[in-house]
Amino acid sequence: MKYINTFVFLSLLLLICSCGQKQTESLPILGKKKIVEGIEVDHQIPDWTFLNQDSLPVTNKDLADVVYVSDFFFRSCPTICPKTMREMKRVYTEFKDNPQVKLVSFTIDPKRDTPSKLKQYASNLQVNVNKWWFLQGDKEETYDLALDYFNTAYEDEDVPGGFNHSGKLILTDKNGHIRSFSEGTDPEETPKLINDIKTLLKEYNTNEK
Amino acid sequence: MKSNLYLLFFALLFIALHSCDDKTYSQGERLYLAHCGNCHMEDGKGLAKLIPPLAGSDYLKLNPDKIPCILRHGQKGEIVVNGVQYNQIMPGEQYTEIQINNMINYINTAWGNDYPVTTITATKKRLELCNQ
Ligand code: HEC
Repeated sequence: MKYINTFVFLSLLLLICSCGQKQTESLPILGKKKIVEGIEVDHQIPDWTFLNQDSLPVTNKDLADVVYVSDFFFRSCPTICPKTMREMKRVYTEFKDNPQVKLVSFTIDPKRDTPSKLKQYASNLQVNVNKWWFLQGDKEETYDLALDYFNTAYEDEDVPGGFNHSGKLILTDKNGHIRSFSEGTDPEETPKLINDIKTLLKEYNTNEK
Repeated sequence: MKSNLYLLFFALLFIALHSCDDKTYSQGERLYLAHCGNCHMEDGKGLAKLIPPLAGSDYLKLNPDKIPCILRHGQKGEIVVNGVQYNQIMPGEQYTEIQINNMINYINTAWGNDYPVTTITATKKRLELCNQ
């Protein structure tokens, strides 16, 4: 009996040690792979162009040198948005002084959320729009793009606020690959997302050395 | 043996008192989490200058007459809470007088708030005076 205990103890010890020795971890590339001309390719965010809060066009290419966290929301949202935005702001605050991280919020109510209204929203959220973009674009294009970012968004008269949508925070890398996500409505998931951002940044920083 | 029974009695009394204590505004709490928590948050702290706090709100403390009306009819336009100006929109909802009363008693006593609790009669009177 005693031997078994020792055995269990030793194997556990071995397990812990070997875990500790794992090399720098790397995040998986998420999303469904596609077959293009017979070759399997990873899911990638398609090219997009939206207007920012200063009515200037911006594209995904403008984000090629940073990793970014995005969500889909609308200003007058009575349901999940304030919570999701609170979690976005936690990420914002954590990486406030790190130029390698940006945040991007897409409105799913482009008719009412004009760039100037979004600018006001950002100011009321007390965040810097150079670091956290608030984007408006074509409605259908936004709903399509939401799917690429693992979110759903559509108009629905039967839900409060008139839009049905999910509140995932999505981490995208410099190549447009999604690397991690969290549920914006669950504050307990945010620390893991923050951690994953740090892991991703480490990947880039060690590769560049 | 006897002292054990005494102990049991006091233990039960203790548990009973505590569970009563916890349950006082449990309906209010449930309604709050379902209808208000999305915006004002579970901790009552609100969000930046988009949503004012209820925890520690001087507005909540100083305007008992207006609160039932805000819950039922909503609130928009400039409002100052703890020295910060808000200019947003809160939608109202057709809650019953009992629901409104329960929610007010919950927010007036949650998160360290120690504002006076109200009665259904008082809430009813305040609701009748809303648009005046
Ligand atoms: C859609 C988001 C939203 C929901 C849901 C909501 N509120 Fe509000 N609430 C606000 C906003 C925004 C204001 C400030 C409105 C303004 O600027 O005039 C406010 C103001 C208030 C105020 C007065 C100011 C203060 O902070 O003391 C009280 C009290 C209040 N809400 C309580 C509630 C209660 C109770 C519920 C649930 C029945 C609720 N609210 C649901 C957004 C919301």
